[in-house]
Amino acid sequence: MVGRSIRGAAAFVGVGLAGIGLAPGFTHLDLIGLAVHEALRDAGLELHEVDGLFTANMANMLPTLAVGEYLGIRPSVAVGTNTGGNSLIDHALWAAIALEAGICSVAVICYGSNQRTGKSVPPDQPPYELAYHSRDPITSYALAAARHMHQYGTTREQLAAVAVSAREWARRNPIAFARDPLTVADVLASRMVCDPLSVLDCCLVTDGAGAIVMTRSDRARHTDRAPIYLLGCASAQSHRQISQMPDLTVTAAAQSGPRAFAMAKLEPRDVDVLQLYDAFTINVLLFLEDLGFCEKGAAGALVASGAIAPGGTLPVNTNGGGLSCVHPGMYGIFALIEAIEQLRNSAGARQVAGAEVALAHGNGGMLSAQTTAILGTAATL
Amino acid sequence: MPADDASQPTGAPGAAFEAFLKGGEFRLQCCRACGRQIYYPRTVCHYCGSGDLQWLPASGRGFVYSTTIVRQKPDRGGDYNVAIIQLVEGARLLSRIVDVSPSDVRIDMPVVAIIREAGGVPQLLFRPSAGA
Repeated sequence: MVGRSIRGAAAFVGVGLAGIGLAPGFTHLDLIGLAVHEALRDAGLELHEVDGLFTANMANMLPTLAVGEYLGIRPSVAVGTNTGGNSLIDHALWAAIALEAGICSVAVICYGSNQRTGKSVPPDQPPYELAYHSRDPITSYALAAARHMHQYGTTREQLAAVAVSAREWARRNPIAFARDPLTVADVLASRMVCDPLSVLDCCLVTDGAGAIVMTRSDRARHTDRAPIYLLGCASAQSHRQISQMPDLTVTAAAQSGPRAFAMAKLEPRDVDVLQLYDAFTINVLLFLEDLGFCEKGAAGALVASGAIAPGGTLPVNTNGGGLSCVHPGMYGIFALIEAIEQLRNSAGARQVAGAEVALAHGNGGMLSAQTTAILGTAATL
Repeated sequence: MPADDASQPTGAPGAAFEAFLKGGEFRLQCCRACGRQIYYPRTVCHYCGSGDLQWLPASGRGFVYSTTIVRQKPDRGGDYNVAIIQLVEGARLLSRIVDVSPSDVRIDMPVVAIIREAGGVPQLLFRPSAGA
């Protein structure tokens, strides 16, 4: 049976953030070091207790070696799978499996980047698309957005509503990078980059790092902070280059979502708060549809109604998301950390009252790889 | 690739694809086992797993599946089109629609392949056509 032994087997017991926004002079490893330090302090655990390392980034071909060496740990399990921005949520599944199997007892998941203030690293390029000067990633997401508009009548105003909602949440988050007021008209008037996506349909480019500590649930009950449990998690992938995506309006979240919900024994209506990897505004529409929060093609009208904004019925990206809070290249770990903060009831002015179940969804590549994680408080076990 | 088929190129599929373009031909692999048209060039069919692939002339006819305008300052060459083209034989690929203003390219527009040199390298591009 899918996930029978993994549901609730492991818990998130510490989180840390570092260098959110700008971190001039720091390397990505420096920022990872700071975030891991903070996450371990939050968990009440020591570095020497860490025996599981789950990490990927945009600078290291061999991330578990580079990060392990920097941190000074010799983990008994090291997973460096890199499928893009969803990787760090996917790592939570493999950490839970390793913890449950007894291969490790304290797992650290961590990511960091200095992409805004540091030197940029040339990314892995798609071989048969490069010659056409596709300006990826935005060209690929623009092609998906254009197709969604063509098939379902989605409008630029509806896409803009995603950015405006994210900004309204960011204005309630003191560490969010972009906190100025933002209107739909501002988004529509901003510089077009790749039709139909303008610069304000695109995520931020920031520095930043995040780290999470996981243990088996029996051990988590003895830590200082209320543990947040991993109830379900699943990944799915469909392609690498955008031209090979079978249907530009349907992502592999249509597979990862139902599998994660099945493992969690929950349904979309049970979710109190969502963190959806918003590299571009179109992402949020695709994931709301593919994860079962509305019918295919209906997400544009849903977000334009204000449902995902503060005070709405379906709170999405409560930290401000990649659009307004932080986006250092791979955003997945920040979606996971905000889900944990919400379930800990520690999200301050942006807290969703009574949140017991959270969904964190990660996206990698050109809408290529998808990971859905469902988290819950002790009450959901 | 069967050894008895002298008309078929041997060696790396990417190089064969480019060699055909250099000779002014747009050819794609087709799977002899399942009959599907394959893009991008491969050593095995990604539909059925067969290694029995042959290079066949592609009609070059298709339609725009999705399209975008990459915005660029005029002094850097100006705006240009990037599109995904659905070929009538089944494959889907990314290219550019040329000989038309980027703002006039529409989804579902019929297009046809052309080969044009770009920086000494033959490139597969598409232009609007009367009908697919």
